[in-house]
Amino acid sequence: MPATITPIDTDRDRKRRVDDHDNGSGRRPPNDNRDKRTGGGGDGDNWNERPHGSRGPRERLGSYRLALFFAIAGDLMFFVALVSVFFVARTTGHFDAYNRYINEWLPTAIPPILWLNTAVLLLSSVTIELARRSMFHEQHVMEEWFGLGKPTSRRAAPWLIASILLGSLFLAGQTIAWKQLASQHVFFASSQSSHFFYLITYTHAIHLFLGIGALLTALFGLYTSRQIETRQILVDCTAWYWHSMGLFWIFLFTLLAFFQ
Amino acid sequence: MTPTPRHQSSTTSPLPPNPYTLPPLFTTDHHTIGRLYLLLALFSVIIGTTLSLHMRLHLIWPGLNIERILPGSYLAIMTVHGTIMLFFVLTTAPQSGFGNLILPAQIGSRRMALPLVNAFSFWLTALSLLVLCSSAFTEAGSPLSGWTAYPPLSAVASAGPGQGLGMDLWLASIALFAIASTMSSINTLVTIIRLRCEGMTWDRLPLTVWGWFTAALLSILAFSVLLAALLLLFCDRHAGTSFFLPANDLVNGTLHTSGSGSPLLWLHLFWFFGHPEVYIAILPGMGLTSMLLANFARRRVFAYRTMIVTTLLIGFLGILVWGHHMFISGLSPYAISAFSVSTIAIGIPATAKVLSWLATIWRSRPQYTTAMLFSLGFVSLFITGGLTGPILAQPILDQYLHNTFFVVAHFHLIMAMAGVFALFAATYYWFPQITRSATCPGRLMSETLGRWHFATTLLGAYATFLPMHLTGLAGEPRHYAQLSGVPNAAGHLLADLLPLNRFITAAAIFLASAQLLFLVNLVRSLRHGQLAPTNPWQATTMEWRPALKNISPIHETNSRADVSDLKIVVYRSPCEYHSSLHPSSFTPQWEPEITLNTTDDDPE
Amino acid sequence: MALHFIAEPWHLPANASIHGLALDHHLLLNLWIVAALFALSHLILLLGLVLRRTSAPRNTWRVEYLPLAAITFLFIALAAQAERLWADARYTGADPGALQVEVTAMQFAWYFRYPGTDATFAITRPQLADPATGNPVGIDPSDPHAADDFVTTELVLPAHREVDLTLHAQDVLHGFSIPQMRLQQTILPGQPIHVHFTPTTPGTYAILCTQLCGTGHFRMNANLRVLSPADFYAWLAAMQSAQKAAQS
Ligand code: HEA
Ligand code: HEA
Ligand code: CUA
Ligand SMILES: [Cu+2]
Repeated sequence: MPATITPIDTDRDRKRRVDDHDNGSGRRPPNDNRDKRTGGGGDGDNWNERPHGSRGPRERLGSYRLALFFAIAGDLMFFVALVSVFFVARTTGHFDAYNRYINEWLPTAIPPILWLNTAVLLLSSVTIELARRSMFHEQHVMEEWFGLGKPTSRRAAPWLIASILLGSLFLAGQTIAWKQLASQHVFFASSQSSHFFYLITYTHAIHLFLGIGALLTALFGLYTSRQIETRQILVDCTAWYWHSMGLFWIFLFTLLAFFQ
Repeated sequence: MTPTPRHQSSTTSPLPPNPYTLPPLFTTDHHTIGRLYLLLALFSVIIGTTLSLHMRLHLIWPGLNIERILPGSYLAIMTVHGTIMLFFVLTTAPQSGFGNLILPAQIGSRRMALPLVNAFSFWLTALSLLVLCSSAFTEAGSPLSGWTAYPPLSAVASAGPGQGLGMDLWLASIALFAIASTMSSINTLVTIIRLRCEGMTWDRLPLTVWGWFTAALLSILAFSVLLAALLLLFCDRHAGTSFFLPANDLVNGTLHTSGSGSPLLWLHLFWFFGHPEVYIAILPGMGLTSMLLANFARRRVFAYRTMIVTTLLIGFLGILVWGHHMFISGLSPYAISAFSVSTIAIGIPATAKVLSWLATIWRSRPQYTTAMLFSLGFVSLFITGGLTGPILAQPILDQYLHNTFFVVAHFHLIMAMAGVFALFAATYYWFPQITRSATCPGRLMSETLGRWHFATTLLGAYATFLPMHLTGLAGEPRHYAQLSGVPNAAGHLLADLLPLNRFITAAAIFLASAQLLFLVNLVRSLRHGQLAPTNPWQATTMEWRPALKNISPIHETNSRADVSDLKIVVYRSPCEYHSSLHPSSFTPQWEPEITLNTTDDDPE
Repeated sequence: MALHFIAEPWHLPANASIHGLALDHHLLLNLWIVAALFALSHLILLLGLVLRRTSAPRNTWRVEYLPLAAITFLFIALAAQAERLWADARYTGADPGALQVEVTAMQFAWYFRYPGTDATFAITRPQLADPATGNPVGIDPSDPHAADDFVTTELVLPAHREVDLTLHAQDVLHGFSIPQMRLQQTILPGQPIHVHFTPTTPGTYAILCTQLCGTGHFRMNANLRVLSPADFYAWLAAMQSAQKAAQS
């Protein structure tokens, strides 16, 4: 038989709260109202005063954002590895038969169109941020939650489409840059620095390609998904991913433009 | 033991049969995925063990021509053995297998945070294994450059048989595995951070969860770097670059003039991944050992917080020590000194762990269940294998011991054997969790067979891997396909080691045969094992919470009302055993009041 | 002899170099300490299991931090000594008067080049390397230093004279290891590296390849013949005159 030793702090009666038993299924509107106690793990300040640990209207959004954060952290390590190899290769040479130290690094001149591309990518970050913000517009979220149409999605869609166009434009611009280099007979295998130029632009382009896929999915989701929270997640996570890729590009571009 | 009445009341609410069951292969249910991972690991371990026996036989008996039975040269078989064992057994089973099966329950969650990602990463892992195995069936067989794949051997197709298509398949396989592991680790991290139930604070997390957490953090950092390295190696092979190829490299009659890279770069990138990887393989096992020792000794884990800190510290230091695999590879001798110091520093948190294990069981007269025996075996093997670590960490000694069987002995004891012992402990301990389903409360494995399995495996492990220290000290190098028929003075040196090697091979055969006991036990218990009581080991952690049983996440979406009735709350830290109140009383984490759960009967 | 007796349980091959003495001493010290720690920890483990149960509370300082401090101290002491030996062996190069020999490793053979009477190695070009034509390391014949360079397939050294080896790898990674000289060095292609040591005891020793380099890795070895100085210089003179005869 269980014998009670001491009544413990955690078990004393708690005040019922509106949020109790809300497990993130959309019972409460997922707007940006900060005073809702949402997210978080089992601890933090006075957890025993709080309702259901991590339950809450924005539980799923928070989880997906966190997952994205870790994914991007991993991705960052990927690029960090490439960039360190870049620096190693740039600074090391080798000894030839006469015991002379040779450093064969010849910088690859970057095609000027990359500046334009960078501007386009920055612009796309702006449009996608506008799309993201419109998904959290307090009043529209409430309307949508009450079932009065899809105002957030309606407003976000054009910005998403703009981002897709700008993103594709960026990729097209990159293709032109590669073409221009090729016409100067600078190919992937041409020189040490061209390896890196192509490697960095290719891997980044693949990331953006996936990003455009995510944007298309988000756009598709805006029309087909029935839960506003799902739509928010799609747009929000795509936007953060896109921003990170933009940021990565700025670093990589700086590297290619100034540190060769 | 009988569950207290209050628990029974919560289990009685009947759950509706679930109409949406997917075929088990395409499910997103973490429980099924966990079992699939374990199945995959079991399949891999059988291949890996067969290959290891093949190697052992070839070493003492090169004329036997077992190549006719299994395709591939000695080195190809060794490469696949190392790759399979390290990636598909010791990374997959503890981290993804038991991670999926047990982790959500231990933190009081009903699911993993990202079910779709979870299913996807399993399928990637399976694909990766398939690609790896397929390399054995290419014309020239699997690659022979070892699990470390040092270029130029791995970068130039003409450098040896298997370095063409076989190597490409190996690269593809490991790249897929890296992606799958990263995704699975992201899932683990998000689950731990976001889905802990009410009251599950960070310092109440069981140490197993801390092991999974730290290993997942390491995975994210390490596997991305590996992926980058693989990409660069792939470019060297097929895109005309030369990141790892030096100038004027003359391989097998072909001169590669264009080079300008250095193999040293690969060593850095690979070991930046490789060293964390071996800790990824062992950290969950360390956590599990702490918890099991405490549970069967009916004691708190000694110095619980220190254990959390040392887990994180081992993870952190693990990122800084990769140079100890390159002591004599031409780094600056000053850099070597720094790597040596950081490597020895990692021995300190490791020793703290050993001390805590020893202190936890000191004069406790524990219950010798099979799971406990394997945990004790883990401690023993970890000490034995770990103690040679600081020897290898001294560059002047490594200059003698590097790439000898001394190293092979070191990592088989601490990684292969300790790691596998943790897996065995986990299997025996969590078997009810593995086997439970909507209709079955879970089964136990046979304890009698289990004890035999433990005794033979421990004996076999020491008999196989202790003598390797001696052959290593006597100068036997790794990666040697045969010891006889070698010309020159080296021939004498190696031939002298044959008798001891024959013994090692015999012991390895004994060790591998002992695993048949495990397989028999496993297969039999799946169908006919004794039905498990609610909390068969009187454990305090959440996976044994009665109400958590028989709830699959699909039910959750069906009837939300039920779920809120079964709100999961944690009230205390794990390991609340009150031997001062009553010799065998304990309070599980889900119990609101301190209770004297009497444990007057055996876990049988 | 006494050392050899102590070394016996660990199966160490007899050491034949100067630095090997200190290395062996430190290695054996390590092995015995590790063996003692192994025994001690297993004793604690087993004793803890058989002794009667107690639930007396334990002092974290005494049980955890104090032993931890002791082990830390031990590790520091061992590491300090190891660092000293490492610094002696590797921080500085060979004595300028050391005997120069160049070692070339390739799949799956070792070649040793002596600079000849002019004490200078000729330039090598990998394009010219071809074991079949008797020029395995690719010596450039147009180099004036080339004529007197000679290449052997076994390493012959005098006892008690320091030798400075330049290690080259032609194709993939190889490992240059002479267990009885307590010496090992991985050779990376494109990155020649120096090691130096002083053999003491005349005899024939094994040179092994200890870095996975392909199918023939296990049979890639050579002999090291350590001769008394008199024998060595006789051998050297014989080789040099043979080389001169071959050139003219
Ligand atoms: C986890 C890792 C692991 C494991 C378990 C093993 C197990 C064994 N290994 Fe291996 N080995 C490696 C990892 C591992 N090895 C690595 C990384 C290398 C280096 C490769 C390289 O250099 O590239 C290597 C290399 C290696 C060599 C050196 C080859 C050489 O350099 O020439 C040898 C030689 O004897 C060897 C032998 C053995 C033997 C006899 C076993 C036996 O112990 C086998 C018996 C098997 C068991 C006792 C396991 C049974 C386990 C289960 C049944 C668990 C199932 C449970 C679940 C899945 C839930 N291994
Ligand atoms: C799970 C895997 C694992 C773990 C945990 C470790 C742990 C350690 N390893 Fe090991 N290691 C490998 C797997 C692992 N290793 C593998 C796979 C390789 C070979 C890779 C390859 O080349 O293929 C390798 C190779 C390797 C090398 C390179 C050798 C060489 O190639 O020449 C080195 C060198 O420093 C090293 C060091 C260490 C150290 C210092 C630890 C430390 O963390 C050990 C800490 C433990 C202790 C220090 C024991 C503590 C106990 C006590 C002190 C007893 C207490 C006493 C009493 C109470 C009385 N390891
Ligand atoms: Cu050369 Cu191994
Ligand atoms: Cu390591």
